[in-house]
Amino acid sequence: MALDSKVPQGPLKDKWTTYKDKINLVNPANKRHIDVIVVGTGLAGGSASATLAELGYNVKAFAYQDSPRRAHSIAAQGGINAAKNYQGDGDSTYRLFYDTVKGGDYRSREANVYRLAEVSANIIDQCVAQGVPFARDYGGLLDNRSFGGVLVSRTFYAKGQTGQQLLLGAYSAMNRQIARGKIEMFNRHEMLDVVVVDGKARGIIARNLVTGEIERHSAHAVVIASGGYGNVYFLSTNAMGSNVTASWKIHKKGAYFANPCYTQIHPTCIPRSGDYQSKLTLMSESLRNDGRIWVPKHLKDVEAIRAGKLKPTDLKEEDRDYYLERRYPAFGNLVPRDVASRAAKERCDAGYGVNATGEAVYLDFAAAIVRYGTEQAKIQNINNPSDAKIYELGQKIVEAKYGNLFQMYEKIVDENPYETPMMIYPAVHYTMGGIWVDYNLMTTIPGCYAIGEANFSDHGANRLGASALMQGLADGYFVLPYTIGDYLADDIRTGKISTETPEFDKAEAEVKKRIDFFVNNKGTHSVDYYHKKLGKIMWDKCGMSRNEAGLKEAIEEISALRKDFWENVTVPGEANEFNEQLAKAGRVADFLELGELFAKDALVREESAGGHFREEHQTEEGEAKRLKEYQFVSAWEYKGEPKDAVLHKEDLVYENIEVKERSYK
Amino acid sequence: MNLTLKIWRQKDASSKGQMVDYKISDISEHMSFLEMMDVLNEELISKGEEPVAFDHDCREGICGMCSMYINGEAHGPDRGVTTCQLHMRMFKDGDTITIEPWRAAAFPVIKDLAVDRSAFDRIQHAGGYISVNTSGNTQDANAIPIAKEAADTAMDAATCIGCGACVATCKNSSAMLFVGAKVSQYALLPQGQVEAADRVKNMVAQMDLEGFGNCTNTGACEVECPKGISLDNIARMNRELMKASI
Amino acid sequence: MSGFFKSSIGRKVSMALSAFFLMIFLLQHLAINTLSVFSPELFNEVSHFMGTNPLVQFALQPVLIFAVVFHFVMGFILELKNKKANGAGYAKNNGAANSTWFSRNMIWSGLTILAFIALHFIDFWFPEINTKFIQGDWSGTVQGVEGYRYHEELVHKFVNPARVIAYVVAFVFLGLHLAHGFTSAFQSVGAASLRKKLEKVGVAYSILIPLGFIFIALYHHFNH
Repeated sequence: MALDSKVPQGPLKDKWTTYKDKINLVNPANKRHIDVIVVGTGLAGGSASATLAELGYNVKAFAYQDSPRRAHSIAAQGGINAAKNYQGDGDSTYRLFYDTVKGGDYRSREANVYRLAEVSANIIDQCVAQGVPFARDYGGLLDNRSFGGVLVSRTFYAKGQTGQQLLLGAYSAMNRQIARGKIEMFNRHEMLDVVVVDGKARGIIARNLVTGEIERHSAHAVVIASGGYGNVYFLSTNAMGSNVTASWKIHKKGAYFANPCYTQIHPTCIPRSGDYQSKLTLMSESLRNDGRIWVPKHLKDVEAIRAGKLKPTDLKEEDRDYYLERRYPAFGNLVPRDVASRAAKERCDAGYGVNATGEAVYLDFAAAIVRYGTEQAKIQNINNPSDAKIYELGQKIVEAKYGNLFQMYEKIVDENPYETPMMIYPAVHYTMGGIWVDYNLMTTIPGCYAIGEANFSDHGANRLGASALMQGLADGYFVLPYTIGDYLADDIRTGKISTETPEFDKAEAEVKKRIDFFVNNKGTHSVDYYHKKLGKIMWDKCGMSRNEAGLKEAIEEISALRKDFWENVTVPGEANEFNEQLAKAGRVADFLELGELFAKDALVREESAGGHFREEHQTEEGEAKRLKEYQFVSAWEYKGEPKDAVLHKEDLVYENIEVKERSYK
Repeated sequence: MNLTLKIWRQKDASSKGQMVDYKISDISEHMSFLEMMDVLNEELISKGEEPVAFDHDCREGICGMCSMYINGEAHGPDRGVTTCQLHMRMFKDGDTITIEPWRAAAFPVIKDLAVDRSAFDRIQHAGGYISVNTSGNTQDANAIPIAKEAADTAMDAATCIGCGACVATCKNSSAMLFVGAKVSQYALLPQGQVEAADRVKNMVAQMDLEGFGNCTNTGACEVECPKGISLDNIARMNRELMKASI
Repeated sequence: MSGFFKSSIGRKVSMALSAFFLMIFLLQHLAINTLSVFSPELFNEVSHFMGTNPLVQFALQPVLIFAVVFHFVMGFILELKNKKANGAGYAKNNGAANSTWFSRNMIWSGLTILAFIALHFIDFWFPEINTKFIQGDWSGTVQGVEGYRYHEELVHKFVNPARVIAYVVAFVFLGLHLAHGFTSAFQSVGAASLRKKLEKVGVAYSILIPLGFIFIALYHHFNH
């Protein structure tokens, strides 16, 4: 099948408006007869469910957690971008569009990104109307901060809990529709397959995670909003339950999977402490607004620090290497995430890592505390303040900005980041790749949509900070509810979709067969045993930097591991009960297939772009080297084993932006 | 360190449960509490036993899923943390740790340490929202200035993660800190004040219907709340309900 | 409005309102009793006024009785509801980690006070009702004795050391009850900032009121 992105014709800035004007609509009376399934209730799924229900569709929403409010969007800390230009610093829709395309290393679809930038301002208006308590200045107006990869302050925030507040906003909009009966909410349910009838997505098979019951749900369209697949690495900043299963199931039924190798390794996470580690904790990128990243300049100081003989605070300024400021004077500590992560890896690989495992760099707030303290002393008319007083005043400001993050850090590491610099190291965070979608956000299965992190479209090869929340809400509140109408307009006479059809029978039988296998296979290794092994292969060979030999090994190793898994995995308990191990077995089985496709995609992409860094393709200074001939989206078609997947290319055309060397120097 | 764990095991909602003892060894002080539970579960699986079921997801203290009553306290002995943020350095070698699910009539046990908190969702359905369409056709976000203090206080209330520690720790299993926080967030913002009266009445009515107990102002919830939600929110809810009823 | 008092919060507010009334009553009661130490004559005068003034007898006294009965009945209702809400209970519960003993045990301090009130009614209130309403004697005097009878009756009651001990114990529990109840009542009616401002006043009130009563009981016991 040829890929048709369905991007409308016409000038970039008018595309979306003109398209909306001409799109098919479903009249309100008919919407009552149309059902839509939404899988996942994070920012994308939650906002889509609420808006679709508000428009009049009957929505069935599914979440594996016990409430929509727990979706992992809640963990986003720093903020959400919007081209409001409230600060008057030259921001505009075009500039947000430009920054996002550039930040994504020219690997995203121009028209989608422009639309995202266009609706971004609406998101802020909408959220304020919903009661989201964004940070405000003393005049009562909204405050902004700046994030990596941009030169303006366009990020709106609610302390270090912006994702939480936006998700609770979407959740509240859902609650309103649940109360009206327009959303039927299925908590603690997991989608285990999509049902395709006559080539169209017409329902799903779901498992009730409490009773173990396998359920059939039909609808006129299915929306996948199940997030990213970072947990393929085992250790990531994702929630423990985050998984690729919904995406992978639709992939196996015909949806192409795009750019799986584009993974974001976030530069500021708390370093791991041991083999028992179950997850990694992010420290918001917003900390790079005020924190300076460094390692010691001399290896002897590194050794002394590791041995506990030297405290980082005792190291003189001239003995510190603020390597981001040194290498990228224009953006300094605010370079994009991929650049910051690789720079940290470079220093640590060279032996300058500051913790016991050699995998940590410092994020230091001392300078910011002094700067804020001095400013406060002036504001409060304190003459000749002592250093201690300045520090105290500055600490208060830093606490107001990032207090919850500092507290989180202290609880995990048992060190006070107001007194000693934080230690950070990159960790898997977000996946730019995902299900291929056209301009309507529809996958290659008619009637099946993918929104939010689950799709691939807006972030290219690297996502800028505070853009994930923007995309999730843009897709859910303002894009999908329009575009889905164009498709559903043909379904007004279809009537209720029956679940008593051979297609549902077959899908359910397959799901049951797999579950029966797991609970009956008396193997020797737990699910986590395999998940950890997969994670190690992924991190070592498909991590921050990749090479041909490693990727080829990864493909072999994952394939062998998958075979072992299907022979020797053990799942305690029964099928018809609350069985976490069983749920996890299904997720890891899918990760074991995705992991291989991931490596294959990384192998085929013979260039470096954004989060995908091939050692063979770098400049003399060690920067990523993008290649013109790879200016396309890799969309993979499922053909059985991952190794048999077929590549389809969507060429990326940039008419409104000049493709340049991405420089932050 | 080596520990003895006393853990509540209960097959499902209708079964009777009991405390079961487990020994666990070589636990690092840097582990999180849930990582210690992971170690236990891996051991149980390798012995062919059923692992302990417990709710958890983000493991960074924000999703509100984890919910253990540890040594007689919601989320354990540390302050300002959820169970997933509790670290083993809070315990000593040789300790016996008692682990139970949240206990409240409105939070029935699903299995072992996992409980059903859907009552919280139903309270939110009753009015935990502002009735504004999500069309985006609202006024500009800066059209109504909001005093920083009001916005900050609303934010403090809004940080509630809905974990239910307040209910679990309350001797009356009262949900007033949870409901008070939501009522407060909206009551403090001009956008929420339009339908404030109906909201507080409906949410309190649903809270009562769900079978949560009454607040007797012991203040235990505020102490155990991982997000430090203030008792002031309960007082504000009381005021709001009085205002709405008169 | 009727719906309000059926809600959980409405019940709490009504508990608080009756508590405010009872706390004012306690202050008034202590003030008059204190007179018995300094001036038996003045004490007799005031007692007679309180005992015979129609406004006090037929307006305030019924309100007081209602408040007392209401406070107890509602307290029991809430306790039962809360017990029901509480479900199975914990194998191990460390309440001391997050709250005070007296805040968690208002029902026990309350029950002790109830027992005391029963004794107090037998000692003073029933004889008064008997004298006034059954025998119809509103004179406040005993035949053949000069002056009012109140002071003499009061002193007489505190001769028995068992009664004095019972009173002292009850007042200790009253203090514990007030230690939580005073600020709690402000919180219940939504006056959170007033609650914080009056925290010290609450501590003083919950110590001084019972201490005053204890002092009077002991004074009369040792000075009869």
